[in-house]
Amino acid sequence: MAPEDDTAMSIDTRKLVTIITESALEHSLADDFERLGAHGYTITNARGKGHRGVRDADWSTSSNIRVEVVCDAAVADAIVGYLREHYYANYAMILFMCDVDVVRPEKF
Amino acid sequence: MTPLDPIVLFFILGLVAGVLRSELRLPPAIYEGLTILLLIAIGLKGGIELAKQPFAELVVPVFSVMLMGFLLPLVAYPVLLYVGRFKRPDAASIAAHYGSVSVGTFAVAVAYLASLDISFESYMPLMVVILEVPAILVGIILARGISRETRWGKLSHEVLLGKGVVLLVGGMLIGWVAGPKGVEPLAPLFFDLFKAILALFLLEMGLVAASQISSLRRYGLFLVGFGILFPLFSAVVGGLLGLMLGMSTGGIMMLATLAASGSYIAVPAAMRLTVPEANPTLSISVSLGVTFPFNILVGIPLYLQLANLLHGPGG
Repeated sequence: MAPEDDTAMSIDTRKLVTIITESALEHSLADDFERLGAHGYTITNARGKGHRGVRDADWSTSSNIRVEVVCDAAVADAIVGYLREHYYANYAMILFMCDVDVVRPEKF
Repeated sequence: MTPLDPIVLFFILGLVAGVLRSELRLPPAIYEGLTILLLIAIGLKGGIELAKQPFAELVVPVFSVMLMGFLLPLVAYPVLLYVGRFKRPDAASIAAHYGSVSVGTFAVAVAYLASLDISFESYMPLMVVILEVPAILVGIILARGISRETRWGKLSHEVLLGKGVVLLVGGMLIGWVAGPKGVEPLAPLFFDLFKAILALFLLEMGLVAASQISSLRRYGLFLVGFGILFPLFSAVVGGLLGLMLGMSTGGIMMLATLAASGSYIAVPAAMRLTVPEANPTLSISVSLGVTFPFNILVGIPLYLQLANLLHGPGG
């Protein structure tokens, strides 16, 4: 590896927050993340089974999304707290977090 | 259109395949594409006809139909709350579904009248748009009062710029501006193929309706009864309103059908966001699993008989 690559590449740790929830929430969540300070997110369609039953994407009300946000620990905490307070009671939603190594920390 | 009209047979095929748990499904993107084609076709046709009509004549029908959209859920709500013993948010959400409309049902009614060569008032597609919104507002207010928590701005964006409203209104405007001559090159896709598109759409709707039947079993007979009897009541209200507005037999039939149909696209989405404590499975399973099939198989021919009864045939 060339020496200049070593100086350009700094590896840093961030949080990866993954949320699996109802697709009805897509727009609200996008707004929430922006307000809570996340710089970006990725949404994909998802299917599966949980304690609210099989969510098989048969019809718009039974389809799920998987949202991934990479952010620093403070924003991750804010997201977790906000979602717990506003959505946990009435929506099918699970959330988990892990540490990830990122190569360009300034992006997150 | 007898009950053996191929589009109805496609619906039955979907139902049967769904009940027998066939692996048949239309890809979601194709289903989405079919609804877009149907919405544009209905809008365009309405727009072309609308151009021939003085604008002022629309004012009274538009406001009376809007009023009907506000009143129907107000009638459904106490029945669901006190007779059905549903929780307040559930009763409000189901009531909102029944005040609103189903474009799929409307499209089948259009094809039905076309096959019998019965015309109807050209502004009917506009009524689909008008009926989409009031019931949602009533549903939200019934569920939670006029609450500051409801994000009205966001909600109205979601409802007014939903696929249904944009394509119907957009199609009408394009048809209106372009006129019959201008739209002619588009006719092979949107008008000539209308029934074939509808047949595919109904095949998928049959499959979806069948998938709702298992959840209906859980919620019992009241909901099934409501899903049939309330549309019959609404059809009479719609038919009488059409008669009072001086509509033709076809118009009375269409307004009865609109009143009788229940939403399964716009209202579920809006209710999920604004009344999250309501159980979405309840309302969607009765609207899609009971009322939609009932209207397609039994209701539509019945509403024409109602219109004949009210107006006298052919007029």
